[in-house]
Formats: sequence, C-alpha cells, structure tokens
Amino acid sequence: MTPEERIAELLRALPTPPLGWVEAAKELPTARRELDTIVERIERDAQFRALVQADLEEALRGEGVEPTPAVVALLRQRLAR
Amino acid sequence: MDPASDADLVARCLANEQGAWDALVDRYARYVYAIAARAYRLEPTDAEDVFQEVFARVFERLDTLRDVDALRPWIAQTTRRCAVDTLRRNGRETSVEQLPDEPDEGLAELDEAMTVHAALTGLSPDCREILDRFFTRDESYRTIGAELDLPAGTIASRIARCLARLRDVLQPDTVPVPGRKPTAHASGE
Repeated sequence: MTPEERIAELLRALPTPPLGWVEAAKELPTARRELDTIVERIERDAQFRALVQADLEEALRGEGVEPTPAVVALLRQRLAR
Repeated sequence: MDPASDADLVARCLANEQGAWDALVDRYARYVYAIAARAYRLEPTDAEDVFQEVFARVFERLDTLRDVDALRPWIAQTTRRCAVDTLRRNGRETSVEQLPDEPDEGLAELDEAMTVHAALTGLSPDCREILDRFFTRDESYRTIGAELDLPAGTIASRIARCLARLRDVLQPDTVPVPGRKPTAHASGE
C-alpha cells in the first residue's frame, strides 16, 4: 500500500454524519436557553419534576418543546449536574 | 474548516461564542459518528442518540476539562462510554470486559484518520473540497464534476494531485502505513 492509498483509506474512515445530526448539535446553545425555563420549573415545582422523571419526552411536549434526541440529551445532562 | 487549535476553540466556546461551538462540532462530528457507528457498530437510531448525548455532555461539561489539549481523547472516551452504555441497555453486552477487541483497534485507526483530516487545513480549499466529496461523501466523478463545473475526466487526476499534496503536508515519513515501521525524523530523535 502506498502512502497515498493509506491516506485515502484514512480519509474514508471518517464519513460525514447525517447533516441533521450535526445541525442539531450546533443548536445546543440555543436549546440550552430554551430549556432554562423548564429547568427552573423542575427545580421549584415538585409535581412537574415528577412528571419529568416519569416521562421526560412527554413533559417536554407539554411545554411546547419538541423532544429531539439533542434536546433530550441536553436536558438529561443539565439535570444530572 | 476552522484552523484554530482545540485549546483556542475551547476557550472561545467557554466565552459563549457560537461560531466556536459550530467549529468544534464540525471538527469532531465525523469522529464521534465513526466511533459510534463503525467502531461499536451501533444501529442508526442508537448512533444518533450517542452522537447527541456526546455533544450534550461536551457542551455542558466543557468547563470541567482540565487539560484543553486533551479535548480529542476526552471526546473519544465520552463517546466510548456512551456507546458501551447503549450496548448494555440493549443487552448486547453485559460488561466492558466482554466487549470485542475491535473497538480499541478501530479507535486507533480513527485517531490516525483524525490526524489526516486535520492536515487537510494545509491544502487549498479546492483540494479540500474535492477530497472531501470523493472520500468522505462518496460522490462519483460525475457528481463532483457537475457540482464543481469540471470535466469528469479530470477529477481522477485532481484527486491524485491533491492526495500527493496531502502526503507532503503530513510528511512521507509520518504517513501511517500498516505493516511499515515509521521512520524517525531527521530532527535529532
């Protein structure tokens, strides 16, 4: 295998992920601001906190937030801190 | 492609600069995706969950990174942990010890691939684009020719020229060729 062939092989080793995944990850700073209100409510409202613990995605929908994998992952991270 | 160092990107992310976060995601998206989908062979829905969980963790915990030069290994470790957790949840594996050896070998290969991708910043934008389209987006000569307004017959030679330039950027002695022992640099080593 020539160096050029090896370089080509290594370039192929990192394929492009779906564009939507990348865009969702880039929107985490915006999502974080949107989740601030929800996190505050979770902290002060025991009933809402129980709802989130029971079904996080449904709780997000109830607040008008689409529970995309990125948003769900971010909220889980914030609640875990 | 942002040529800033990881340390610079981290500092700018911590200052809430959206452009820096975008650049960090662009730099590591392929790496995280490859670890999840290739090294651990996760199904697409699981790979997406791991991908988003990794970037959410990185975003939320970037301020805890002690050594900003260790961003890449930190992201690799985070991705690996998320992937293993997913495999456990799915019942495909019950313990880390039972994981196959391939992920380690695969991760080493992906680290080499990241080094090669990072060297792309040393090429012209035209070369970067044609190599990216052909090797990572798997586009055909015809598609590339149509998109870049080039005769399809010249694409192969341009790719060869750009690969040679990339080899020069990486330096021939440092190109990792399997089975070939790397040659030491003439820098007193």
